[in-house]
Amino acid sequence: MRFLPVAPWATLAIFLLPVMAGLAGAFLPAFGYLPALGGTEASLEPWMRLFDYPGFAGSLWMSVWTGFTATAISFGLAVGFAAAWRGTRVFQGLQRLIAPLLSVPHAAVALGMLFLLAPSGWLLRAGSPWATGFDRPPDWATAPDPYGIVFILALVVKETPFLFLMTVAALNQVREREIVTTARTLGYGPATAWLKCVLPLVYPQLRLPVYAVLAFSLSVIDVALVLAPATNPPLGVLILRWFNDPDLGYQFVAAAGAVAQLAVVAAGITLWWAGERLVGSLGRRWASAGDRALLDRPVAAFSLAGTGILWFLGAGSLLGMAIWSMARQWRFPDALPGEWSLMNWMRRGETLIGLGGTTVTVGLISAGIALVLAIACLEHEKRDGLKPTARALWLLYIPLLVPQVAFLFGAQVLLVAAGIDGGWTALIWAHLLFVLPYVFLSLSDPFRSLDERYRTTALCLGLRPSSVFWRVTVPLLLRPILVAFAVGFAVSVSQYLPTVFAGGGRLETLTTEAVSLAGGGDRRLIGMLVFAQSALPFLAFLLAAAVPAWAFRNRAGLRGLT
Amino acid sequence: MRRLLAVFGTLSMLFCSQAAAQQTEPQWQTVLDKARGQEVFWNAWGGGDVYNNYIDWVAGRVAEEYGVTLRHVKLGDTAEAVRKVLAERSAGRSTDGAVDLIWINGENFKTMKDNALLYGPFTDRLPNFKLVDTDEKPTTVLDFTVPTDGLESPWGMAKLVFVYDMAVLTEPPTSIAAILEHAKANPGRITYPAPPDFTGTTFLKQALYELVENPVDLLSPAGDNFDTVTAPLWDYLDELSPLMWREGRDFPKTGTAQRQLLSDGAVDLSYSFNIGEASSAIAEGLLPDTARTYVLDGGTIGNTHFVAIPFNAAHKEGAMAVANFLLSPEAQARKAHPDIWGEQTVLSMDRLSDADRALFDDLPRGVATLSEADLGKTLPEPHPSWMVRIEEAWLKRYGS
Repeated sequence: MRFLPVAPWATLAIFLLPVMAGLAGAFLPAFGYLPALGGTEASLEPWMRLFDYPGFAGSLWMSVWTGFTATAISFGLAVGFAAAWRGTRVFQGLQRLIAPLLSVPHAAVALGMLFLLAPSGWLLRAGSPWATGFDRPPDWATAPDPYGIVFILALVVKETPFLFLMTVAALNQVREREIVTTARTLGYGPATAWLKCVLPLVYPQLRLPVYAVLAFSLSVIDVALVLAPATNPPLGVLILRWFNDPDLGYQFVAAAGAVAQLAVVAAGITLWWAGERLVGSLGRRWASAGDRALLDRPVAAFSLAGTGILWFLGAGSLLGMAIWSMARQWRFPDALPGEWSLMNWMRRGETLIGLGGTTVTVGLISAGIALVLAIACLEHEKRDGLKPTARALWLLYIPLLVPQVAFLFGAQVLLVAAGIDGGWTALIWAHLLFVLPYVFLSLSDPFRSLDERYRTTALCLGLRPSSVFWRVTVPLLLRPILVAFAVGFAVSVSQYLPTVFAGGGRLETLTTEAVSLAGGGDRRLIGMLVFAQSALPFLAFLLAAAVPAWAFRNRAGLRGLT
Repeated sequence: MRRLLAVFGTLSMLFCSQAAAQQTEPQWQTVLDKARGQEVFWNAWGGGDVYNNYIDWVAGRVAEEYGVTLRHVKLGDTAEAVRKVLAERSAGRSTDGAVDLIWINGENFKTMKDNALLYGPFTDRLPNFKLVDTDEKPTTVLDFTVPTDGLESPWGMAKLVFVYDMAVLTEPPTSIAAILEHAKANPGRITYPAPPDFTGTTFLKQALYELVENPVDLLSPAGDNFDTVTAPLWDYLDELSPLMWREGRDFPKTGTAQRQLLSDGAVDLSYSFNIGEASSAIAEGLLPDTARTYVLDGGTIGNTHFVAIPFNAAHKEGAMAVANFLLSPEAQARKAHPDIWGEQTVLSMDRLSDADRALFDDLPRGVATLSEADLGKTLPEPHPSWMVRIEEAWLKRYGS
């Protein structure tokens, strides 16, 4: 395996070079340099125009307010739920219910919630006219609402499961049960014991995921296109609008906006980090203040109610879309379609297969490449006895921390210059950028925590390292490997902006098509796309669970291994 | 005598057009020879199924007719294609561009023309361009008052119509002033798509036209007179806004989004730039059967939309073959069919053969589509400079 030593470098090159080059491609025009448009001298004019743009301040505020609120709520729910319900049946049940939500693309949830919560949406249809007296939709400003509340809710529905599962993974690294038991014998309630003793140990491992969620929420575009108000949308939407403005002078403003977006995310993360310090020192005082169980009940009640509501929102929005895909007519205030029909599926079958084909192809290839790279890095690390450093993890997280819009425009110029824009290579690479970190994160823990003695024993029995890999490591890790692959596939399916930029419009996926239709409106077609978009990752996870079960049907010892 | 003249006229026209055909045919044949086997990437707005299905049909026909493989690149906004061509130029790619054909008009066309991003003039090379009615339909060569100079080929006529549900509204408001009165009596039931959406800007243009003191001002570029000329529009919108859907604080993002609101019963009116859209939406189950269209008493805004070829298109010949096919009586008649698209043709009935004219005469008319007579007067588009500044001013006033 001569490939192995190169693997970490190849992996880094795939990530960092294009991100850096892309950032440069945004920085230069932001300061007036874009020769194709006659910008050859450094100038601050793009920034003046940015600050003078009507609604810029409002959009900036919308980004900051929604990004922080969504992250804080998601984090609070995930941690609160783990604190209050860890070790109970409720916890296991939720873990099972919430995992499928994780694999559903953001855009699918956003589109579903748009229909669920709008004044003409499912929720009001179900209660009209018998309870509300409405036979026409009321003129309420919900979904999208001017304060971005539904937008925040959609982000929370998607981010809480992610942070929750990250918390569960982190818990495996600390001796949680012993710690909690000790605290409880001292008279602490379960949630208080967890928050005071376990959270400080777990948080360092949650830090990067939380930052990634914050960066994402501060700069997200696809969810905002669907759910944010048309006036004062988050900054990302404005940037995309400027990139698309027929007046080419706006390219400079867009570039300045992209740099501003980067600054917002950097400032946001710094602020959160400062908040950690503050909460940490307050928390230390609280931890030693002696209070035993004051918070237990509220934490238990709020976290259960909160996760319950978000599960209901997530499931309800997907169900609503599935029903739309089989409706011919569904008018307000009918609770269910007036006319059902499979016509949509039959007439649009070809479109769906085309889009689904592109989606699946890109998903399989990018997840496959990511898996090979991740395994190669991890195997190399193991054979050379390297210790993973925190710094290496930061590098991996860079594509998740830098706002997509900040480097994708610059990267597109590179792709065009290389002559590979709008092709499969560019699209797969752009997806890989976001697929690889998740595949790596999902695989690294099981890989690193695999008992070293299996390998040692096999080596002692005379097997060569490569045989050890194929005959011992892979079978033992088959389940996590397949799960990592499914994670990568799901991430690829959900990509919007990278597909728009790298696909150059020639290659479209279910996600880009669904978002582009969001404004246009045939809910039946949107319903089909959302359904297909959510079903694909779900199928991947189903296969990831089924294959090991089948392969190990005669291996009782391997069935329990995760 | 008159009949004789007519016969003579027809004969001479036949003769002329045959002579013309013989002249251009070898040239056009070279174009077609090169076009065969090319893969043409047509960047066209993809937000409506009606349009997407039509383009799919075109793809099938040009494959048969010219051996051209047509790929529809679905855009959310035509400006995306403009930006793509620009990105290519900044990367120094002056041949082999990714965009072969763009569905375009107005502001986007002006931008591409001003920046020399277009190939051509090419329309005089298209055999079917001779059938276009450039006399009676001057907008086929004057795009928002900007001369097309053969850089874009027309493929459809648009005219603003108003859509309502007659089960909800018995007498819809028939002027811009009446719409304000309607909003006063029914708060929250009037809205328009947020500019820069084209249906939204068209509504503003329509309002401007009816409110402005001297409409002729709008045909020349906006200058220092901008504030005085547009003042009545802002007064009107200031009065309308608090009475609008969501008190004018939010707007539907597109015309189709507003149609959905009408279908849900959330608002009383929606606007369409396609006279047949309401009928096809009824057939599709997207509007109630009781939806109808009408035009305002003083006439409504109309324009033409086009296809253009970027300067660096990789498959110019294939793109021209497609543009020519779009102008064929077959394609135009299909586009005028109410179940397909339902739009006015750009062709002149006088220049068609009897068989071709019959294609149009035999067309049924949709249940909600107005006849040629009921469509009323067509108001020209203002010069693009007006809309650029109105969009900016609108954003300042209502955008935040």
